[in-house]
Amino acid sequence: MKLRSWFLLPAWLWLAALFAAPLAIVLSYSFLSRGAFGGIEFPWTWESYQRLFDPLYLAIFFRSAVMAAAATLGCLLLAFPAALFISRARRRKYLYLQLVLLPFWTSFLVRTYAWLFLLRDTGLINTVLQSAGIIHRPLPLLYNSGAVLLGLVYGYLPFMVLPIYATLERLDPALLEAAADLGARPWAALFRVVVPLSRPGIAAGSILVFIPCLGAYLTPDLLGGGRIVLVGNLVQNQFTTARDWPFGSAVSILLMALVTLAAWRYLRREAGDLL
Amino acid sequence: MSMRRFTMPRPWLGLYALAFFAFLHLPLITLAAFSFNSSRFTVWEHFSLSWYGAIFRDPQLLEGLWNSTVIALAATAFSTAIGTMCAYGLWKRRSRVITGALYLSLVTPEIVTGISLLALFQWAFRWLGWQLGLYTVILAHGAFSIAYVVIVVAARLRTVSPQLEEAAMDLGATEWQAFLHVTLPALVPGIVAAALLALTVSFDDYVITSMVAGVDSQTLPMVIYAMARRGASPVINAISALITAVFGILILISERVREA
Repeated sequence: MKLRSWFLLPAWLWLAALFAAPLAIVLSYSFLSRGAFGGIEFPWTWESYQRLFDPLYLAIFFRSAVMAAAATLGCLLLAFPAALFISRARRRKYLYLQLVLLPFWTSFLVRTYAWLFLLRDTGLINTVLQSAGIIHRPLPLLYNSGAVLLGLVYGYLPFMVLPIYATLERLDPALLEAAADLGARPWAALFRVVVPLSRPGIAAGSILVFIPCLGAYLTPDLLGGGRIVLVGNLVQNQFTTARDWPFGSAVSILLMALVTLAAWRYLRREAGDLL
Repeated sequence: MSMRRFTMPRPWLGLYALAFFAFLHLPLITLAAFSFNSSRFTVWEHFSLSWYGAIFRDPQLLEGLWNSTVIALAATAFSTAIGTMCAYGLWKRRSRVITGALYLSLVTPEIVTGISLLALFQWAFRWLGWQLGLYTVILAHGAFSIAYVVIVVAARLRTVSPQLEEAAMDLGATEWQAFLHVTLPALVPGIVAAALLALTVSFDDYVITSMVAGVDSQTLPMVIYAMARRGASPVINAISALITAVFGILILISERVREA
């Protein structure tokens, strides 16, 4: 056996035992029935998939998709001008990039907790507003969908800035000179030249933000206080409190399918580029 | 490259950038600042280190810290070894199946990774009679951080010329010697960076851990999470500031090594 085959052997074992096998088990569970004490029993059935069409669960999927789309849009609106600023900076470009990356390197849990600390009834924002006499009772900033959206945007913002910055950086300045020579005003040049040309970066960033947001569990649980149920929370609930593993598995399989579908084109290109 | 001719209202963009960086960093800065506040309320009294002292008097936090450290070190060793070997193997010959699986593992929602590993462990335990514990968390962390390691090491490999190994073998080295003495030394910065990334990813994870941890293997994020669900406390501010500082130091080391 050639040396390179030995080097890939552990990866094949990982793939089989810790990646494919768990997913195969979940897939098979999704076609089984729930036992009387929360276990998994025969016979094979489609029942869990039929239950997905219950309006209650369709609403959860819909809510998750809307939340993920809103977070993606929020990230895009906040990230684009920032990426433009960094790409146009003549000095300290490296420093600005590091500043974008820095929160990305700190713990995700800590970053989410920071918003809990700021938004809660006795948190910094409410305390400051109350002591300034602007409000008399705390604003309900936490445990609603707004807080979850804010947490998601904050959590995944760097994923949007970097790909957009990368395309802006490659933008040929001659195109902008041409636009200016032909009489385009700065704003027209921005929306008719810069934005269309940075579409690859916008697409990559959107995928990178949308996918983790669609399956988010931690942010809705912590900042939604259990009141905002997204798909991730539904899966967790079925595997713990509700102990309905077949249904939880069916939800997971559908979520996996949606995520893979969203990532498909991007995956094919990136996987070719990077490895 | 500059875009000198392209002039958008520049001061506005600069002001925006200021607000953007403030949005990104002020939450963490205020969080850390209030960890030094003597009051347990969000009103500044005076400077105090009492919340840092409280960390070391909380047996749950200490146990979580210990468990997280053990898990992160073991999982990092596991994923760095497999990931490095995998990156090298893929450098020699592509494998669409492995590459596809690595990327798929990256886009899999954490909660799905968590429940599928839980399902695997429970299924295996039916015959083995084992129970969830530290080692299931180590396996889970190792499993999901392999993709990160492969990507970082593969990025480093792209700077290595394959001709070097061929030259070594022309001069009489075996395939193994060529790897060990030619390619591996060139990879060390990438491997160290990958290991540090795996370390931080493992140390930070809550979602997957909470699914596969046993009753005796509460990690630091799990303890923090339980505290945060009960409500904010300055002790969490203090431990958060500590984690951020340690992460920061690790990343600084990683950057230094990568540039070397």
